[in-house]
Amino acid sequence: MKMLTTNKMLKQLRNLPAKAGLSALMLGSLALANPAAADMAYISNEKDNSLSVINLDTLEVVNTIDVGQRPRGIVFSKDYTKLYICASDDDTVQIMDTRTGQIIANLPSGDDPEQFALSPNNRHLFIANEDDALVTIVDTEKRDVIAQIDVGVEPEGMAVSPNGKIAVNTSETTSMLHWIDTETHELYDNTLVDQRPRHVEFNKDGSLLWASSEIGGSVVVINTENREILKKLRFEISGIHPDRIQPVGVKLSADGRYAFVALGPANHVAVVDAKSYEVIDYLLVGRRVWHMEFSPDQKRLLTTNGISGDVSVIDVDKLKVIKSIKVGRYPWGVAILPTEAMNQLQAER
Amino acid sequence: MLRIFAAVQTLRAGHKKDNKNKKITAKKGPIKAAFAVGIALFSASSLPAIAAKKVTEIPLHYLRLVPEARPVLSNILPPPKDLGEAGAELAIADSNTTGRFLGQHYTLNSQRFDEADALLKAAESIIKKDAVVLVDVPTALMAQLDKQAKEKGALLFNVANPDDALRTSQCLNNTFHTYPSRSMLTDALAQWLAGRRFSQWFLIAGPTEGDQAYLAALKRSAKRFGGKIVDEKSWSFDTDLRRTAQKELPLFTQAEDYDVVLVADEEGDFGHYVPYNTWLPRPVAGTQGLTPVAWHRVVEQWGAAQLQSRFIRQQERNMQSEDYAAWAAVRSVAEAVTQNRKDPKAYEASHIQQFLLSDKFHLAAFKGHKLTYRDWNGQLRQPIPLVQPRSLVSQSPQAGYLHPVTELDTLGFDRQESQCEMKNTL
Repeated sequence: MKMLTTNKMLKQLRNLPAKAGLSALMLGSLALANPAAADMAYISNEKDNSLSVINLDTLEVVNTIDVGQRPRGIVFSKDYTKLYICASDDDTVQIMDTRTGQIIANLPSGDDPEQFALSPNNRHLFIANEDDALVTIVDTEKRDVIAQIDVGVEPEGMAVSPNGKIAVNTSETTSMLHWIDTETHELYDNTLVDQRPRHVEFNKDGSLLWASSEIGGSVVVINTENREILKKLRFEISGIHPDRIQPVGVKLSADGRYAFVALGPANHVAVVDAKSYEVIDYLLVGRRVWHMEFSPDQKRLLTTNGISGDVSVIDVDKLKVIKSIKVGRYPWGVAILPTEAMNQLQAER
Repeated sequence: MLRIFAAVQTLRAGHKKDNKNKKITAKKGPIKAAFAVGIALFSASSLPAIAAKKVTEIPLHYLRLVPEARPVLSNILPPPKDLGEAGAELAIADSNTTGRFLGQHYTLNSQRFDEADALLKAAESIIKKDAVVLVDVPTALMAQLDKQAKEKGALLFNVANPDDALRTSQCLNNTFHTYPSRSMLTDALAQWLAGRRFSQWFLIAGPTEGDQAYLAALKRSAKRFGGKIVDEKSWSFDTDLRRTAQKELPLFTQAEDYDVVLVADEEGDFGHYVPYNTWLPRPVAGTQGLTPVAWHRVVEQWGAAQLQSRFIRQQERNMQSEDYAAWAAVRSVAEAVTQNRKDPKAYEASHIQQFLLSDKFHLAAFKGHKLTYRDWNGQLRQPIPLVQPRSLVSQSPQAGYLHPVTELDTLGFDRQESQCEMKNTL
């Protein structure tokens, strides 16, 4: 039913005189959402089937957008015109038009898409199908499945290297990183890591890969070239039982200075010196912290806290949590739309 | 647009019709062909680096004694025939997905018996050196099988027997327990009752050995967590409660003022009729009402939703405690084998046992904690969900119950209270 409606809607849109029609039809949501130009953070609320939009100047929720069922991973296209949303329980990746906040298409994603990564070519989405032990590669232009690759049980984390040549997937129950050649679509190596690997993140030049293991309680740094583990990080917070320290999200600052590691039910984010691999600090955030994203100027880091249903804002220079913002139920993913991109989108109208 | 629609439709149709092979059929010819080959050769062909590996076969066994069930009053929902076995099968499938990257292949040989003698006879040919056997048998049989395992150098997993004696006095040196003991279950409940200040307990127990053992576990938990037993009654009526529960139970539950009724009725004979029929308007917990379990459909946090949906898709029913225990047993073995895969002794039973008892082992098991084994009696430490049919009420250990080793050891008999010394006997 839903598919049909979307298809119909798209057909109608196509028949309208291009841009004039679009803006006339759907002025609304972006304008309403952004009374003043500011960076906007989009948060997926897993148990509310919605996105919360946060204005990063005022640090307030300015809009809530209804999306498909159980939204988890979200990522913007490189030109920010589209937001891709894993609607896990709808077994689809939805495409939202950033300008209008409307869902304009559903991609054939394979079952239960959880996380994904967009290739630097802005075209290929690498999707982890958690229920099927598959990685699905989708061409977002043709809206077609290019390939599906067998991986371990419960594939979760996805990352594509900055040069676009390597995709890495983590499989939680198999406890492996799967290395995929993006040209041949073949698995060319597997790296066994600690239990329940959740997230992978390349450094800026793609020479290193950081991978978190939730139940193993560790983060490894891997040399991308030979897939050797260079360093295994462990975390320790006084007063918190080691079992509760469960690393999930990892974010690396663009200047190569810090790595931030979200520690799940330990309710802390670890700050790691990305060169010496020393843990510098632990920042208390909301409950069950999972994913994170930097503001475009890298001055702030946002964390999604599932159980407390809020987003913590970290001041990256001071390494202090400055605010928590109530969003929907079980916030999961976060993607940020920079002011410039938004201005451009509005100008294009 | 139509094409997208068609692709999605195919996908959905695939979801319903074909559970084993859910790949989207790609439109491009060569890719499609490559897929087909991949599937046919168990995907090894598309992984040249891995295909070259020698495949090690890892056989596991499962012995169940399923005597004819005693007739009970609430005979409306019979337990599934493959209770437990289905969980082991899922774990085998999970482990084989991992195994294909590591050159390991797991198989399961499940056998069900309705008489103990037949089971014992079959066990003679199965319990051999380095055999790994999941067992679902009563206590007396458990001890016999363990003795055989010790003589032959095999390893057993108790996946369904909650008897506290097996963890405290009748120590089994070659048997791990992935099913929680009764005292773990009742402690989990008692912690929650204490937190809610439901401290005045009214106990009702059935006549079976299991019911009496559950009652004893409840009494122990009362002492441990501050429950006060205001009254205790034994169920002995033999009326058909579907017709007369309304009349019988209010009278039966007349007692001094209580905060909660705790039921010990493991077979579900009368307990299902206690809720809403108590003399005082009070909640019911124990084997019915609010129930401590190893697993239940309503558990969904910590990635459990994925395990649940895999299970439902494979077995077309909900995963239960015995399924979970069997799943955990197979996964423990697979984890031990995977972690030590470079060691030629990795597949030996004694090696697996040593590894499972060491601090190197932990199991990711969808309960928000890494699970480990108690090294004195081989019991799998685990959080205990407290459930009612459609919701998770809580999960114990409750916050605030501290323990010098792990808060999971606030559930069940602790090291000092057990005579077992599994690790020291290796």
